[in-house]
Amino acid sequence: MSALYVQRMALGQASRRLAGKPLSTLLSAIVIAIALTLPALGYVLIDNLAGLARGVSGQPEISLFLKLDATPEQTRALEAQLRADSRIAALRFVPRDAALKQLAQRGGFAEVTGLLTDNPLPDAFVIEPRSENPEAFEALRRDYAAAPQIAHLQLDSGWVERLHALIDLGRSAMLLLGGIFAAALVIVTFNTIRLQILTQRHEIAVLLLLGATRDFVRRPFLYFGALQGLLGGLLAWGSVAALLRLVAPRLEGLAQRYSIVLDIGGPHLPEVLVLLVTATVLGWLGAALSVRRHLHDGPAD
Amino acid sequence: MIRFDAVTKRYPGGQEALSGVTTEIRHGELLVLAGHSGAGKSTLLKLIAGLETPSSGSVSVNGQDIGRLKATQLPYLRRSLGLVMQEHRLLLDRSVFDNVMLPLLVTGERPQDASKRVRAALERVGMLEHERAMPVTLSGGEQQRAAIARAIVNRPSILIADEPTAHLDPAYAREIAALFRDFHAAGVTLILATHDDTLFSPYGARRIELARGKLLS
Repeated sequence: MSALYVQRMALGQASRRLAGKPLSTLLSAIVIAIALTLPALGYVLIDNLAGLARGVSGQPEISLFLKLDATPEQTRALEAQLRADSRIAALRFVPRDAALKQLAQRGGFAEVTGLLTDNPLPDAFVIEPRSENPEAFEALRRDYAAAPQIAHLQLDSGWVERLHALIDLGRSAMLLLGGIFAAALVIVTFNTIRLQILTQRHEIAVLLLLGATRDFVRRPFLYFGALQGLLGGLLAWGSVAALLRLVAPRLEGLAQRYSIVLDIGGPHLPEVLVLLVTATVLGWLGAALSVRRHLHDGPAD
Repeated sequence: MIRFDAVTKRYPGGQEALSGVTTEIRHGELLVLAGHSGAGKSTLLKLIAGLETPSSGSVSVNGQDIGRLKATQLPYLRRSLGLVMQEHRLLLDRSVFDNVMLPLLVTGERPQDASKRVRAALERVGMLEHERAMPVTLSGGEQQRAAIARAIVNRPSILIADEPTAHLDPAYAREIAALFRDFHAAGVTLILATHDDTLFSPYGARRIELARGKLLS
């Protein structure tokens, strides 16, 4: 008798028990799926937002707005100074006319810019520091804030930092929620197995009387818990995918109103695998705890 | 060989089911345990099967001291024994065939070999034609035969039966007794607890009697 054959036999027994009571199996799987869907959906949405934040904050920038009366010579001198600065990785000059055009192209600003008789925007340099170290960033800001040609200096990473903080908060909330729902999944499986042990206590007693080992009796229950968890995980995957299809267009539309390009995707294969493995392991754990609590060593009289 | 050495069994609450029992059961022997209800017959059988452990003294089966066996070793001892209980303990939601198959599932026998052995055991007890029947559709005698088939399907060297003919009418009881005689003739050690030891006396059984936990003869 090979170990594989023994495992196959237990798996077969567990599958037959699941198939033997389809309604009860489905109801338990739905309860598990509900417990998994919310944190999984939350995770996928937050992951999408994190991707967006990563894209935006890929390279933090500093915008140097020149004084309106800065002469072309002063502008060239500043450009030369910036190009010579080894702390700066990239430099982009945004002429005031181009800046006005960009503003006019933004939703809602065309009418406003049309009313202007003069261009109120200054020329600007946008620099990408070589280091993302906050101290180096601050040193650059301090050095150029004092330059005579510069009217205003702006760090462009502030809102991204706030977004990151929000995403971190969201992740923590989802982890907490996931933990609570994972406990619920374990409890659901624990109770299902407890009821099974109760209804099969006569069979268990007979098996122990006939020389079954504790592992022999335990194994089908463990597989049952794992399979039930896996079924719940599969249902949760379907629910997350369906809900994402439902909410993605609305969220993307909402983001577009703020000129943010949001392309919600997922759940991707690694996420699906994590979901299924987690559900299976939690089902197994619930069954193991229940078997440990309710299954006794010897056959009852 | 089975050896009881000054065995006492006390249940929680202080009730003494066996008191200083010393005896030996030789290989291939047919032993009838006689005595009234509460005499300690069932306790003695449970001690052999490792379903109970002695409070003092020792019980050894084929050289293995039951009291010293670990919980993980006891199932393997039970596999070497055939157990027939007073209440047949068949699973009512499974056919006779599936019930007799259980000990072979426990030992992980391959399905093809197991099926052959189940049919052989059913044929031996005259139940092959009922292999697909559910236990509730059988008479008391047939249920007991199915339980005996389950006990012998693993070809045990020791067969233990607790009141195997209780609740059976005389004709069925004689049939069951004849079955046990056949097993004994095939070399199986038989230990039977019964109220009605006259059923087995024609087959050369050794008789020992228990009264209030003590061995009388």
